[in-house]
Amino acid sequence: MTSDNKKAFIKGNHAVVEAALDAGCRFYAGYPITPQNEIPEFMSKRMPEVGGTFIQAESELISVNMVFGAVAAGARAMTTSSSPGISLMQEGISYMAGCELPGVLVNVMRGGPGLGNIQPSQSDYFQAVKPGHGDFRMITLAPSSIQEMYDLTFDAFDLADKYRNPVMILADGLLGQLMENVELKRDRKPLYLNTPKPWALTGAKGRDGQRILSLLMQPGVLEKHNFKLKEKYDLITKTEKRFELSGMENNPDYLIAAFGTVGRISKGTIRLLKQDGINTGLFRPITVWPYPYEALKEAAKNVKKIFVFEMNLGQMVEDVRLAVEDSSKIEFYGRPGGGVPTAEELYNFIKGKVG
Amino acid sequence: MSTEKTIYKKPTSLTDRPFTYCWGCGHSTIHKLIAEIVDELGIRETIIGVAPVGCAVFAYDFWNFDVTEAAHGRAPVVATAIKRVHPGKTVFCYQGDGDLASIGMAEIIHTANRGENITVIFINNTNYGMTGGQLAPTSLIGQVTTTSPNGRDVKNYGYPIRVSELLAQFEGVKYLERVKVTDAVSVIKAKKVIKKAFMNQINGVGFSMVEVLASCPANWRKDPIESNEMIDGEISKYYQVGVIKDVK
Amino acid sequence: MRKGRIIIEVDRCKGCLLCIAACKPKQIKISKKMNKTGYNIVEFCDEGKCNACTLCGIICPDAAIEVIEIIETEKK
Repeated sequence: MTSDNKKAFIKGNHAVVEAALDAGCRFYAGYPITPQNEIPEFMSKRMPEVGGTFIQAESELISVNMVFGAVAAGARAMTTSSSPGISLMQEGISYMAGCELPGVLVNVMRGGPGLGNIQPSQSDYFQAVKPGHGDFRMITLAPSSIQEMYDLTFDAFDLADKYRNPVMILADGLLGQLMENVELKRDRKPLYLNTPKPWALTGAKGRDGQRILSLLMQPGVLEKHNFKLKEKYDLITKTEKRFELSGMENNPDYLIAAFGTVGRISKGTIRLLKQDGINTGLFRPITVWPYPYEALKEAAKNVKKIFVFEMNLGQMVEDVRLAVEDSSKIEFYGRPGGGVPTAEELYNFIKGKVG
Repeated sequence: MSTEKTIYKKPTSLTDRPFTYCWGCGHSTIHKLIAEIVDELGIRETIIGVAPVGCAVFAYDFWNFDVTEAAHGRAPVVATAIKRVHPGKTVFCYQGDGDLASIGMAEIIHTANRGENITVIFINNTNYGMTGGQLAPTSLIGQVTTTSPNGRDVKNYGYPIRVSELLAQFEGVKYLERVKVTDAVSVIKAKKVIKKAFMNQINGVGFSMVEVLASCPANWRKDPIESNEMIDGEISKYYQVGVIKDVK
Repeated sequence: MRKGRIIIEVDRCKGCLLCIAACKPKQIKISKKMNKTGYNIVEFCDEGKCNACTLCGIICPDAAIEVIEIIETEKK
């Protein structure tokens, strides 16, 4: 691999690996689970090439807690998994949030609940935007192309360090397996990579020992800590919202709200509707936490209906309801359990509602 | 005329905060020994500790070197990652028997099997101290705890686990020894053993664990002297003190 | 015989009595004094019989005992 920018025709799972390494990630621990197995597989080859640590963990609990340790020691570190594994990782995610540690996680979602299946799904929206135990938030980025798998994974490391907070890439089995042309930005400079981390545990050279902890037993101290975290979450909410909004220049009658893979499929639906002379806008949140409520509210103001499409039974639609003043305008269509809608299927749903 | 010379005192790697453990608690003794060893090896500025969940979750209040918490049972994998990131630092985890032998069994076994070059200090006091003295995997047969009010009955609760003997079979494990700290002689011995476990790491020998039979007077409903007698008696009958594995 | 004395750090002592059991010349006793945590602490008897063996310090879980050796430098 050269240090130049480079086009590559690769899978989403492979793009995650390249982005992580380009962003300075030098510690990876992961446990096999379909449909993300290419990540630990590629990583086991690529990480040693850049002098980093690859560990095949013996469970998701072990991988996430290894990431906890690695980031506590000051490294950029990542783990990846798929839905049932992410459930186990919620332990470590909560600890990282409480300890303000910048771990990066990738969830290549599959169908659930339980062992579910290995088809693409978006049924972990809730456990990404409403993660774990305790009052905390996790920055969650939802890619919809392989280029975004690369770009957002890179961003995840910068955001994690910027805010000392766990960041999750919320992908799915389709994005993990799909191959597309990707521009690998070998000359992109990671932000904060060389910013000192005085809080990290590196040995108490010339100072007293310091601690990384989330246990705050004295009355009032944990409450204060939570308020401090909230200030950070408020800042992230103010600063980091991202979304794609398209088709608004035609004053559309309808708006589709969808993230990730379904956001991408919806573009096909919008083309089909256009052939019928129906103008439809697309609102695709890229950060699903923080959710771009204001942008959606604005986009939804003058449309007759908002169609919310997801590969689940209705999870992001709750945020759409929070954003849109008149929720009677919202129509939801979802495919749970690994079902992937086609553009025609969504087109037919809209036609069925609008005539 | 005479001069005075201090020949024993609180190690400098301890903070000034008095231990908040109960009277006669084994944790206090082991915390002190670790701090003494850190002083003697001159590694206060290069050691990184991982504290468990359990009574010793507060270890970081007492050691004046870098310490992180870990989720319940996960200390060995947190320590593994820290050691891999900082191979030149001395990294250890400190765990009780609920943390290591119950919820963290997978973590300790795989860390041992990978032969991570870390040091593990395993405190076996045959019960869950922090939560009020419940049955642990290490509780003795017949031991009365708050969740075995009629004593540990093997039909219901299974048998006490000898973790050190279990780990001995793994190729990656280089040193295992069980010690007690019931009198000055055994404390001096325990310190030598723990020091060796740290020296092993510094010398690149590999995974070393010391199991310390520790007293838990408050939950055992005994005074510290009776508690130590119990360790010298029935506890060390089941958990025999001595070298379990030492790969030169 | 070596001579010594000990200093007990009042706020670290929990009166667990392990030092008393360890002290061969019986130079430590339980006192009526209570420290700020509420423990009945031990105290040094100071009868000139301490031999600076350090066993009390070694067994003390709480690092509450400092042992000082008294070295005679000039005989009169």
